[in-house]
Amino acid sequence: MDRLRNHPLIKKLGVQRLVITGVLVILFVFFTLMSPSFRKYTTIITMTSYMYYIMLMAIGVTFPLITGGVDLSIGTGLVCYSIVGSYLMRQMGLPIWVAMLVTVGMGVFFGFFNGIIIAKLNLPPFITTLCTMMIVRGLGSILTQSMTGVWPMAGQEGSWFRDLLKYKINGTIYPVGLVIIIILVIIMSMVLNHTRVGRYIIAIGSNKEALKLSGVNVVRWHVMAYVFSGFFAGLAAIAYAGTFTSITPGTGAGFELDAIGGAIIGGTAMTGGSGSIVGTFLGVILISLLKTGLPYIGLQANWQQIITGSIIITAVTIDMIRRRK
Amino acid sequence: MNDVILTMKGIDKSFPGVHALDHVDFEVRKGEVHALMGENGAGKSTLMGVLTGIFSKDAGTITYEGKEVYYASPREAQTAGIVIVHQELNMMGHLTVAQNIFIGREWKKGPLIDDARMNEEARKLFALLKIDINPRETMSRLTVGKQQMCEIAKAISHEAKIIIFDEPTAALTDTEIEQLFNIIRDLRQKQYGIVYISHRMDEIKQITDRVTVMRDGQKVGTLITSECTKDDIVHMMVGRVIYEEPKTHSRVPADAPVVLKAEHLYAGRMVQDVSFELRKGEILGFSGLMGAGRTDTARALFGADPRESGDVYVEGKKVNIRSPQDAVREGIGYLSEDRKRFGVVLEKTVAQNSTLASLRHYVKYLGMIDRAAERKVSQEMVKALKTKTPSVDQLVMDLSGGNQQKVVVGKWLISKSKILIFDEPTRGIDVGAKQEIYELMNRLVKEGKSIIMISSEMQEILRMSDRIVVMCEGKKTAEFDIAEATQEKIMSAATREIAV
Repeated sequence: MDRLRNHPLIKKLGVQRLVITGVLVILFVFFTLMSPSFRKYTTIITMTSYMYYIMLMAIGVTFPLITGGVDLSIGTGLVCYSIVGSYLMRQMGLPIWVAMLVTVGMGVFFGFFNGIIIAKLNLPPFITTLCTMMIVRGLGSILTQSMTGVWPMAGQEGSWFRDLLKYKINGTIYPVGLVIIIILVIIMSMVLNHTRVGRYIIAIGSNKEALKLSGVNVVRWHVMAYVFSGFFAGLAAIAYAGTFTSITPGTGAGFELDAIGGAIIGGTAMTGGSGSIVGTFLGVILISLLKTGLPYIGLQANWQQIITGSIIITAVTIDMIRRRK
Repeated sequence: MNDVILTMKGIDKSFPGVHALDHVDFEVRKGEVHALMGENGAGKSTLMGVLTGIFSKDAGTITYEGKEVYYASPREAQTAGIVIVHQELNMMGHLTVAQNIFIGREWKKGPLIDDARMNEEARKLFALLKIDINPRETMSRLTVGKQQMCEIAKAISHEAKIIIFDEPTAALTDTEIEQLFNIIRDLRQKQYGIVYISHRMDEIKQITDRVTVMRDGQKVGTLITSECTKDDIVHMMVGRVIYEEPKTHSRVPADAPVVLKAEHLYAGRMVQDVSFELRKGEILGFSGLMGAGRTDTARALFGADPRESGDVYVEGKKVNIRSPQDAVREGIGYLSEDRKRFGVVLEKTVAQNSTLASLRHYVKYLGMIDRAAERKVSQEMVKALKTKTPSVDQLVMDLSGGNQQKVVVGKWLISKSKILIFDEPTRGIDVGAKQEIYELMNRLVKEGKSIIMISSEMQEILRMSDRIVVMCEGKKTAEFDIAEATQEKIMSAATREIAV
């Protein structure tokens, strides 16, 4: 067992991530065996489409979580940014690339706003982002006069952005969004583990005082964690617009919990100091698989909530026991 | 004389690498105030810890009220009637005075807490102690002195027979001290046994009946307070041991340039008008007792805590250090006394800790960290400092204290610091590794670095320093060249009563 544990490949991936991968495979096989309608290509396509925006939020929120904080504003934020984007196109006639830039830009702005308040003024992340969550929820409705958000549909001008998620050739749909996600996972993994900002974000969660006394501008890097979170909430807003036909103002509360849940299943500790983007990736797939798969075996949405909650508790418990050793 | 209520005999206790208590005897009589004195690390706290069940003893017996006893936890000792009034108060600021005193043993009225009864009981306690405190007042609104009196009331309410005061006056004003002494005298009258730990010589003379002095984990002796002088006690505290290789003269040439100058630093209560100079290649020792304001001075100098006023010059140039970043830019490195909290990131590797203060020099394209270069410089540092680690990929938490300290030294050397502040450099480090840290410091100054060394160990101060600054209660009380410094002079300056 010890020899297995010290195998270089396993060490690199981490025990927890291997366990999740195992669980994913078992669940997938289970659903496939139990339900003939689950094992269809379209099911997978549906699952991936509903996964993208959660995945993007989760990648971003992993950074505040690693600092020992949290970002609750990304869920309502996503809806706000995306209806503002829609408003720019539909009411002001701006081209889609401007709408996209503004959407992501708003995410970055509110990430920065959270970051400054938390890192500079030392307010608790929970309170700060809870308030931002309310602010953006109201702001989106005010800016757009409570209009439902609609981004270009298939066939309309600017609908190319939907192809970024699903690309149709001869009637077959290819989930290209998954490729983009995987590329982003690789890039952000590199950022977390191989760059200065990643190293400092981990160190903030691990021992902020030691980092400060090493002469590092802790505030600056602490803010960056929330900027990442906001940036990815902005990307998630575009993905959300690309998945759904209409976006209702004032919704979005609760999306962030799926994202945070995914990150935590993936081994990011809420106490800070450790975490992994690949883990977050796997965690979100697990949650999405449950969401999609459970209805196929006759368990409805409420069951999915109960099972997801139980899985998070189990994952965190296993992690705690492992750490104590 | 009164009856003996507590006898500790042949108490022996070792921690890894330290023989903390070496067959110590100690007794307390009813109705006496018994002072326990000694330098930091002499074993006073450990002895009281053994008594109250914080530590288990390796050998020896404790006899309390005629029976041999053993307490596995402070709670058991408390139930038996032995309580400590701590230096840091353990109060819940949001609760009321009465709620604090009776926490964990509240009276109930049905399912509800009977606050009226608690307030009434607290009022009775205060009446007994002749203290004027409203039991309904929120704890955090009281002064430190009043809070301490609540601690005493709490102790009495536990039906304590022995009350241990651990540096009770450290945070009190003169009037509060006077009030405290009145209470203590009253308790003495009521036949409590009182242990009084303090560094303040004048208080010892004022309030205690007997004084027991400890040194290096051993009991030196017990004196009747009224029959001895301050010098007798200081003499017993420092002893006549010949420390190995004490420095006899400064190795720093008289014309060595001043690399750091601090003028009239003020920062809070613990840094009051502190000025000093540090020369190139010098080890400047900061001596004093715990809480004398040495660490506060270092932190203010380093920009870790805000400075109210005062100027700092680095190599003759006036600098404005407002954050650790500024200090690091000026070539100052700070090695904290609390290594685990402020020095290292425990769950990261040696290599990652080594470059923490200079990571921006180890970045290649796109902000990526150049891991090869990082490993290389860490490996060189491990070799140069003889850090014992299997590799630079080892987690710092798996290293011994001495080697962790070397990693921190390495961090500052890699960031090219010229001035290093060592705050208690050998705390928690075993004897063999201490020697290595000393050699390392000597080598660093030979190579032209300058060191400020804060140390509570007299031996360390006399062995390493070229010059010594002594602090007491936030003020600089003396400065000696090593050639003229003696233990007695330093101890005297460190315990000097501040004129009021």
